[in-house]
Amino acid sequence: MTGRAIIEIENLSHTYMKGTPMEHVALKGTNLYVEEGECIAIIGHTGSGKSTLIQHFNGLMRPESGKVIIDGLDLSKKKVDLKTLRQRVGLVFQNPEDQIFEKIIGDDIAYGPFKLGLPLKEVRDRVKWAMSVVGLDFEEMKDRQTFALSGGQKRKVALAGILALKPKILVLDEPTAGLDPRSRNELLDKIKRLNKEEKLTVVFVSHNMEEVAMLADRVYVMAGGTDVLSGTPKEIFTDKEKLQQHQIGTPETVQVLYRLTDLGYQVNLDAFSINEASEEITKLLVGKKEGCRHVQRI
Amino acid sequence: MEPIIRLENVSFSYKINEKTKVPVLRNISFSIFPGEYVAIIGHNGSGKSTLSKHLNGILTPENGDVWVHGHNTKDSNRKRDIRQSVGTVFQHPDNQIVATIVEEDVAFGLENISVPREEMRQRVDEALNVVKMSPFRHRPPHLLSGGQKQRVAIAGVLAMQPDCIVFDEATSMLDSFGRKEVLQVMRKMNNMGMTIITVTHHMAEAAEADRIIVIEGGQIVMDGPPREIFQHKQELENLQLVVPSVSQMAEIIHNQFSDFSKDLIQENELIVEVEKFIIGEEVS
Repeated sequence: MTGRAIIEIENLSHTYMKGTPMEHVALKGTNLYVEEGECIAIIGHTGSGKSTLIQHFNGLMRPESGKVIIDGLDLSKKKVDLKTLRQRVGLVFQNPEDQIFEKIIGDDIAYGPFKLGLPLKEVRDRVKWAMSVVGLDFEEMKDRQTFALSGGQKRKVALAGILALKPKILVLDEPTAGLDPRSRNELLDKIKRLNKEEKLTVVFVSHNMEEVAMLADRVYVMAGGTDVLSGTPKEIFTDKEKLQQHQIGTPETVQVLYRLTDLGYQVNLDAFSINEASEEITKLLVGKKEGCRHVQRI
Repeated sequence: MEPIIRLENVSFSYKINEKTKVPVLRNISFSIFPGEYVAIIGHNGSGKSTLSKHLNGILTPENGDVWVHGHNTKDSNRKRDIRQSVGTVFQHPDNQIVATIVEEDVAFGLENISVPREEMRQRVDEALNVVKMSPFRHRPPHLLSGGQKQRVAIAGVLAMQPDCIVFDEATSMLDSFGRKEVLQVMRKMNNMGMTIITVTHHMAEAAEADRIIVIEGGQIVMDGPPREIFQHKQELENLQLVVPSVSQMAEIIHNQFSDFSKDLIQENELIVEVEKFIIGEEVS
């Protein structure tokens, strides 16, 4: 992280169908701040404004009121260089089938780079690279038809199409929903590597708390169209009161540890991974064992 | 006992163009019996969604037959009966919710089959009760949380009084709160005698079922109770699947304490085992 702000959102509001009986306030006074190279998770229930918020990142929506500055580009100004903006911000939607339109996988992934006017060889290299990142075999898959893909494979193609644009900021809406466990883990590893090694800034929306715990440097919790809470996964997942107040779930591992503390056992709640959580329980069992011996000795 | 659903040598492929076809299901045979709670798991592209669409005739087999209560799903005259006995809850509740008020949405299917008004009231009340959404009956669905919406979608299917409900990745868009709500409803309906089939990527969810069918390359590769299936950790990993987090934790703890059971698949079991272990130690 460089300490340089790449996304600054201040007091952002948006109302759908304003002035009609269908009027619906989606965002009211949301703030969000992302440093270059950070990996940020946005969580919150359906209807909390997450999707509306991320559509502001690449100018699909313009601020109704409030400030949105993406990598130095001020979106509240009338004239914005949208082409540059969209080159810098890659957005992968929740339903990948929505953004695949070519018949052949290779063509679909190459579409963006071609539109950037890159030479053929560069396009081919980028397609190859993007496919390897998402775990699609280039030779085997490049000429396959897109409509015959399973949901999980479509998701990978959509992500590859965005990565091939080499954005500075990658925005993902529920990146792993519908993926099998191994594809999920592989994809999360890849995203983590892109974030850490290639310094790609990542913002993702997720309901999967394992994923949030594993990837995010910081978490924003959205409720009723505004950011109600933010902090590191550790700060968020160990604050029982806040978790209940906002009905936030926890990783399965943390759920087990919470239940043990409810029973009066002392365990650390910030053991997110399977190994860490097992370690916590092992420590508890060792402690009890020794405690007992101690009692017996007396 | 007569099966509710019986698949006999079912094969299916998607046609890519004139020459090439991608086979998705290969010669699958199995039966689902009344009152069963079955989870179907498999990696992306293994054919499980295509399979689930065969269970009430959304798709019909290219070769082989699917029988629902003895009716062939290829028999278009029986399609209505078949859909009425086997309902489906899809991944996105938004695709399944049609009305602007919760109770009207639940009543939608009943209106289509001209259920008398009084009976309709009663069925809607019951269905909303089972999914615990009665307090929300006059609300617009789009203001509900994902788990709540999915429960409304379930109520809509439930009101049709099917014998069996297929959940096609119905929890994959929900957070752990929403998922828990839906799982409780599934368990409750199963206890009421409903046959439940759930297609899922979530192993903790599959562990809740009484039987797991594992699909790979369009074929059944394992079929048995969860405890048995999840003992085959290596085989599952080869199939791009994993055992539930709880089982992984139990195994790690077992490696430290051989008395600690590694044969655990549900969160409750892990908690009980920890307590038993500690209390056992204190007694000795």
